Amino acid sequence: MSTEIVIALLAATVQSGTPILFATLGEILSEKSGVLNLGVEGVMILGALVGFVVARHSGNPLLAFVAAGLVGSAATAVHGPVCLWFQGNQVVSGLALTIFGVGLANYLGTAYIGTPAPGFSPVPLPGLSELPVLGPIFFNHDPLVYVSYLVPPLLWLFLHATRYGLGLRAAGEYPAAAVAAGLDVVAYRWLGVVGGGFFMGLGGAYLSLAYTHLWTSNLTAGRGWIAVALVIFAFWRPGRAVFGAYLFGGIMALQLRLQASGAQLPSSILLMLPYTLTVVVLVLSSWRKGSSDEPAALGVNVAPVD
Amino acid sequence: MRIVKAVLTLFLTLWVGGAVAADKELKVGFIYVSPVGDAGWSYSHDVGRQAIEAMDGVTTSYVEAVPEGPDSERVMTNMARKDFDIIVATSFGYMDSMLKVAKQFPKTVFLHCSGFKTAENMGNFFGRMYQARYLSGMVAGAMTKSNTIGYVAAFPIPEVIRGINAFTLGVRAVNPKATVRVVWTKTWYDPATEKEAGKSLLDVGADVVAQHQDSPGPQEAAQEKGVYSIGYNSDMSTFAPKAHLTAPVWNWKVYYTKVIDEVRKGTWKAGSVWPGMAEGIVDLAPFGPMVPKEVQDKVNAEKARIIAGEQKIFVGPLKDQSGAVKLAAGAVASDEELLGMTWFVDGVIGTTK
Repeated sequence: MSTEIVIALLAATVQSGTPILFATLGEILSEKSGVLNLGVEGVMILGALVGFVVARHSGNPLLAFVAAGLVGSAATAVHGPVCLWFQGNQVVSGLALTIFGVGLANYLGTAYIGTPAPGFSPVPLPGLSELPVLGPIFFNHDPLVYVSYLVPPLLWLFLHATRYGLGLRAAGEYPAAAVAAGLDVVAYRWLGVVGGGFFMGLGGAYLSLAYTHLWTSNLTAGRGWIAVALVIFAFWRPGRAVFGAYLFGGIMALQLRLQASGAQLPSSILLMLPYTLTVVVLVLSSWRKGSSDEPAALGVNVAPVD
Repeated sequence: MRIVKAVLTLFLTLWVGGAVAADKELKVGFIYVSPVGDAGWSYSHDVGRQAIEAMDGVTTSYVEAVPEGPDSERVMTNMARKDFDIIVATSFGYMDSMLKVAKQFPKTVFLHCSGFKTAENMGNFFGRMYQARYLSGMVAGAMTKSNTIGYVAAFPIPEVIRGINAFTLGVRAVNPKATVRVVWTKTWYDPATEKEAGKSLLDVGADVVAQHQDSPGPQEAAQEKGVYSIGYNSDMSTFAPKAHLTAPVWNWKVYYTKVIDEVRKGTWKAGSVWPGMAEGIVDLAPFGPMVPKEVQDKVNAEKARIIAGEQKIFVGPLKDQSGAVKLAAGAVASDEELLGMTWFVDGVIGTTK
């Protein structure tokens, strides 16, 4: 493969990794507060639909992007009462959210299939996009990719350098201690759940506003599940999530380009790569569990204090 | 007097009988695998459905996005119970479910698109899309400058492989130096993956991209890169007006109106039908303004030859990718060979696995 193709591959890597990155960061925020949310797929697809619909009717992609995030928050707010007020099973509630979200989006979105809508197109960043190699890979994308560069450091700063971030992590690590320290654990968990939903919605909207400018049923095609697996791979750290999301994006982009360049490998093997990688990643991360930042009280419900 | 009476009776019987036959409302139900708005496969069938809905004495209804398997069986059973006269299922994976339901409702006519199983009251139908693919290949071959053409392919099944081969033969007929690169997505409708597949072909130097899936993803990729594309199923030019050269398209109306007439007259027989361009079931979408007049004329001339039955497309000598002769000089591939095609012709870069 020539350098040109490798650069094109890496640029495509960033693009196909971006929706997964948003969703993975959202799930990290939620899980850090102690709430497991398996509804990522459902929340993403609702975000994708709402983003598309708002863009189509308002003609304003930025408004659409924000609306998708808000709808993501609203969708995960369904998960909140179940886990935070009624102490319901987080796994079951999350699965229900996925089934509900995918079903609702497919139902409401039928009328929008095959219709055009405005979206984001690549905008080379002045100066940076002219850098050799790095320019075309990182700085020749749509604005949403640039937004996705800012989220991991900001999320890390929030979790590790602010009082609220510390409180949120305490709610996920040792809720009893957090309660004893006078923190409102349920409020922090709400923040984690709804804030996480915002990023999941953005991830979905990336698919319908930038990746393609189309809406279709099942647009997310399992990317939400990959995000759930990536949280484990990332050891619940925003920085490693970037690496993980691009690894997956890279494999997706690579297998298509291997085919295009005439590799004599069966396409079934190539298409299996991202999923094989998921399994490998999960096995490897469970080996090195010691270095993981998994919240100790992940999935454990806390009774509200009156 | 007796003769007059007999004639009158006969006349009345015929008249009333005829009137009754014409008055009998035919209820036709359609089952689609994807939503009808997809601009692709289901949409093309729905255009056919609307054409028969407009006929006198025909009412239609459809259920869209029905998953293959038990769900489709439930939908078909439901339609049959509600006294639908004809039930049409338009995806390969509905075949076995339809066979089961057809046995339970022997008076209902079942029509299955793209399969191969039949029963006494179940027929199957398809169209010779490869004829239109050949013509679209000629357009692509004439328009490419890099002599690399990309083909975003769905699943490695004979239908798709046949399409790629016919397309490549069309490309080579006008441009023997060009090659067709194939990328499989293993999807029928996933705009994100299909667009990415289109981009991957553009990255390796393709300047015309064709496709077999139902989403306009690859069209978008070509438009963004400023190169050309060939659509599929229906005219996809609205999605990529600057890129869309033409598209091999379905015109199911031709078959559906015919089958309604046959069922009404009682002449319908279960079996397999495979009409083509001569019957009008497949065609080429209007050329984009960038296609030069001489290319259009050449393609139209070839189209006339296909309709006249002079151009059979899969005519020997045909070699596969390794150079082995698959079809001897002068031989014409039989329908069995076409329906079971699992090898690529010379000029395709990619694997059938």
